Amino acid sequence: MATAQAAVQPRTATPSARLVKFISRAPVHLGLLLVAVIWLVPTVGLAVTSFRPRGDIQASSWWSSLTDWSFTLHNYSEVLNKANMDKAFVNSILITVPSTLLPLVLAAAAAYAFSWISFPFRDTIFLLIVALMVVPVQMALVPLLTLFRDLGISNWFGGIWLAHTAFGLPLGIFLLRNFFIALPRDLIEAARVDGASNLRIFLKVVLPLSVPALASFGIFQFLWVWNDLLMSFIFIQNGDLLPMTVRINQMQTTYGGEWHLLSAGAFLLMIVPLAVFFALQRYFVQGLLAGSVK
Amino acid sequence: MSSTAAPGSVGRPRGRRLPSIFKRQGWQAFLFIGPALLLLLVLIVYPMIRTIIYSFGNTNSRLEITRWIGFDNYTRMFTRDKSFLNLDVFPPSGALVNNVKWMILYTTVSLLLGLLIAVLAARVRYEALMKSIVFVPMAIAATAVAIIWKFVYEPDPNLGSLNGFITTLGSDPIAWYGRADTVNYALIFAYIWASTGFAMVVLSAALKGISEEVIEAARTDGAGEWDIFRRIQLPLLSLPIAVVTVWLLINVIKVFDLIYVMTGGGPGAASEVIAVTMVDEFGNGEGGYAAAIAVVMMLLIIPIMAFNVRRFRSERVTG
Repeated sequence: MATAQAAVQPRTATPSARLVKFISRAPVHLGLLLVAVIWLVPTVGLAVTSFRPRGDIQASSWWSSLTDWSFTLHNYSEVLNKANMDKAFVNSILITVPSTLLPLVLAAAAAYAFSWISFPFRDTIFLLIVALMVVPVQMALVPLLTLFRDLGISNWFGGIWLAHTAFGLPLGIFLLRNFFIALPRDLIEAARVDGASNLRIFLKVVLPLSVPALASFGIFQFLWVWNDLLMSFIFIQNGDLLPMTVRINQMQTTYGGEWHLLSAGAFLLMIVPLAVFFALQRYFVQGLLAGSVK
Repeated sequence: MSSTAAPGSVGRPRGRRLPSIFKRQGWQAFLFIGPALLLLLVLIVYPMIRTIIYSFGNTNSRLEITRWIGFDNYTRMFTRDKSFLNLDVFPPSGALVNNVKWMILYTTVSLLLGLLIAVLAARVRYEALMKSIVFVPMAIAATAVAIIWKFVYEPDPNLGSLNGFITTLGSDPIAWYGRADTVNYALIFAYIWASTGFAMVVLSAALKGISEEVIEAARTDGAGEWDIFRRIQLPLLSLPIAVVTVWLLINVIKVFDLIYVMTGGGPGAASEVIAVTMVDEFGNGEGGYAAAIAVVMMLLIIPIMAFNVRRFRSERVTG
């Protein structure tokens, strides 16, 4: 047995050598185990709580319930019906989808011009847009609210769509321009020599080749908007249109210690981002790396 | 001649045709960038200028300027508003001081923890799983993070995991987010939990970019694991570390959702930060004062932004 192992891995030949290696690695495994516990326990605790009857939550700890199973979906139905979370869920979707598609289209078009059409002050304008990436929403908050009020769109989704679109554009233009400009030059010039218009090159050559970058920015913006509290809190003046984040914040001030409702609400809020994240993790991480490192 | 033309362009005369195509296309560029530029100007640049103007006035509840007061909003912030900055007590307190606390603690711990996890995880076979576990909180709303951690910190040891844990060790339960001396650390740790994944992912990707051969060569030369980290990996990580630090710093100046949901700046004003103060003042109808706070926030971000743009420019020259 030992000899068979030795043939494959001469360095860890004998059992004692492997034992030594395992023990020397033990601090690494223990450290990572601790990290895993700290990162999992908070979420698991709330997840378990969201399935426990209200009385049980008050009476005993969530970790004691792991050995004494009595789980229910009642908290979820209650939070959906009583706390209007069903409506808030729909509102979150109605806010997020246009606030993702609009900046995606506008940023892609602008990024194309910044990469493949030459015009005066191109790089200066691009740098100024990149600089806008770090402007906090607070810096535009008071004037935007008066603007939306004057336009009559503060009682509707119009204001929040516009605000999210504008604040998503700098990152989108930056990410997509960096991707577009790395496309093979010959391809675009060949299309140009064949007489293709800019619109045609953009739609038929650049966009099909840039699906990963478009996906990265799209996912990033989707999660950003879905998870946002501040902008919805300020720009949505109509209580019937509030998204889940604002509703959950209201819930925890009105229902204070009602953990059966808060935990279920928090998990409803997390379902969509988690699904997006696990399905498209690769694009999300790529977008993050491109946005920060490039 | 020292011309370094690309292979494809050798011999092709730089004729008139190509530039004239570009010239004709100049106006077309406007069609592509026009809509984005219009939105940026109307919804970010113009409001920024308006905010600066607002910051020199008082507003009524309809956010109309009623009176010009010069720099009074700013002097109020730094001298009279004790919940923003209080230098009368030692140690100083207030939203601005809390933000500095956040900048130091949150930034260093997230960075070091992210680096440590990236380095450790690279040595085990379950690296991908580890990284997913730490990264997941990046995807969820800060509002949800606030609920998750408020539950961890619950004073009742039957509810809160942390108090459940320390009471089994014999300690009394602690009202982590209800006490002025612990609330900031409780919040900062929750946010570190939420953003360490970012530092880890960026630094892990950078570590992967360091050639295995170099590390193996050092190892055969008898270098220990610490030497390898200290003398080979760490110097090559300086740029990604700078990038992560910039991101974390900007993030922390803007921090709002987590604190607003978990404590609302309380107890009292113990956990106020600039962004929360700004929204509170805005809610009080103090449009001018809120605008002045936003301007201070922007002034804190500008040096970091300048660093970022400079880095971007230097990269463009070399790349």
